[in-house]
Amino acid sequence: MLKLKDLEKIFYKNTPNENIALNKVNLNVKKGDFITIVGSNGAGKSTLLNSIAGVFPVESGTIILDKEDITGKSEYRCAQKIGRVFQNPLAGTSPEMTIEENLSLAISKSNNLSLKWGLSKHKRKVMKKHLAKIDLGLEERLTTKVKLLSGGQRQALTLLMATVANPRLLLLDEHTAALDPATAIKIKNLTAELVNENNITTLMITHNMEDAIKMGNRLIMMDAGQIIYDIKAEEKENLSIEKLLKMFEIKHGGKFNNDRMLLSV
Amino acid sequence: MNLSFAITSLEQGLAFGVMALGVFISFRILDFADLSVDGTLPLGAAVSARLLTAGINPFYSLIAALLAGGIAGAITGFLNTKLKIAPLLAGILTMTSLYSINLRIMGRPNIPLIGKSTIFSLIEKLGLPYPWNHLILLILIIIIVKFLLDAFLNTQIGFALRATGDNPQMIRSMGISTNSMKMLGLILSNALVALSGAMVAQYQGFSDVNMGVGTIVAGLASVIIGEVIIGKSSIMIATIGVVVGSILYRFSISIALNLGLAASDLKLLTALLVIIFLSTPRIKKALR
Repeated sequence: MLKLKDLEKIFYKNTPNENIALNKVNLNVKKGDFITIVGSNGAGKSTLLNSIAGVFPVESGTIILDKEDITGKSEYRCAQKIGRVFQNPLAGTSPEMTIEENLSLAISKSNNLSLKWGLSKHKRKVMKKHLAKIDLGLEERLTTKVKLLSGGQRQALTLLMATVANPRLLLLDEHTAALDPATAIKIKNLTAELVNENNITTLMITHNMEDAIKMGNRLIMMDAGQIIYDIKAEEKENLSIEKLLKMFEIKHGGKFNNDRMLLSV
Repeated sequence: MNLSFAITSLEQGLAFGVMALGVFISFRILDFADLSVDGTLPLGAAVSARLLTAGINPFYSLIAALLAGGIAGAITGFLNTKLKIAPLLAGILTMTSLYSINLRIMGRPNIPLIGKSTIFSLIEKLGLPYPWNHLILLILIIIIVKFLLDAFLNTQIGFALRATGDNPQMIRSMGISTNSMKMLGLILSNALVALSGAMVAQYQGFSDVNMGVGTIVAGLASVIIGEVIIGKSSIMIATIGVVVGSILYRFSISIALNLGLAASDLKLLTALLVIIFLSTPRIKKALR
């Protein structure tokens, strides 16, 4: 489904601040894989996701999504096949527009934009069905402006918008990190539900070790721009936080340094 | 204020209301402070005046102005999205270039349209008494423009345009190019401003190369007055607000003139008006 070959990204190249964010990363993702990504600060997790999403060009290497080479394609072109949810719950929705107007854009994502009405009876019906799944009562508030929703509600809506058009790939960048614990749990459950329901191939960055172990079928640990562990299936099921930290220390030669991650252990 | 003053203000408010709707698109929908409008208003006037003197049907000249404005908007869009020139500067560059272009189009700084066939002289032939004939024509045009704009902003492309100004990251995530949307918004916006310029020139009976000075501020004043007085809860309401704002703005200018203010002081007055309306929400908050 997704193939990364020798992916290399260097920030501030040829300056004293040169920083190799991705150092020849290779990754082969199968259709339906749900991969959690952990790693210390500056390991290259977000850079990896941003590179796949076309936010910036990479130095070298190739990104193949669904047999199509998307290396170097601009962000909006990549986005036609990729759904994304950001850490900032305000990033994925348009605040001045209503819930139905926001969802309408997500639903028509797979088709070309046209001068057809943005909303229709049929579309509203589909929307209500989808909104009922996230169980926040939003299906009764279609004409509410999104800016009036809470961060958690907005993130739930963003998640729905990212998955509703059945993307080939879903990229989640610490999408529950800015939410309060109770809301974060809800969004995590919703994530698992939506991903499983549509069998969406997913990459999820998290700073929560427990989530990383519990969620998904595969776990990747990154350090210094490289993937240092790729743990699958059974091996992942037998994983514990202690084991994971120890594995990290062996490779890294030092303690795991991610403030937020230690707190959540 | 006597009746003729009121009618003149209403007529001006309607004719410039089309321009205010254009500014609403760039300033509010796209969140792009586009100064090219100071050049596209006289551009519309210049194109229309030149065609009228050549004996072209005045309604066709409106369409020509619309197209010319759209091209000017596309140039600002190109400067901003392709050459990555900041919005303010991109607008200023287009506006400055248009000054020369407008002079070229007109061949001289001023074209009088007295005695030429205009949309107003055509409507006068229908036999309705003044001022109803002028008012009906202006109201008809602005209603058509307003409803077409409302309808457009409720299509799929319209939604994308609105989201582009509101949250560009979101629109990129939806697989839509923010650059194309900006381009589209600027074309529409400047097309309407140029249309308004053509209407104003035919209304006042001349086109002048300097008639665009302060257009952006007048447009902003209309948009903001409308928001404060009518609101912006939906697109339908917001566009009504813009038109009402434009009319109220022309009324306040007339009142100021009636009170004995010199015409040369009007730009200062307009700027003050915009400052007051823009700062009202903050001042209200501070007083609470």
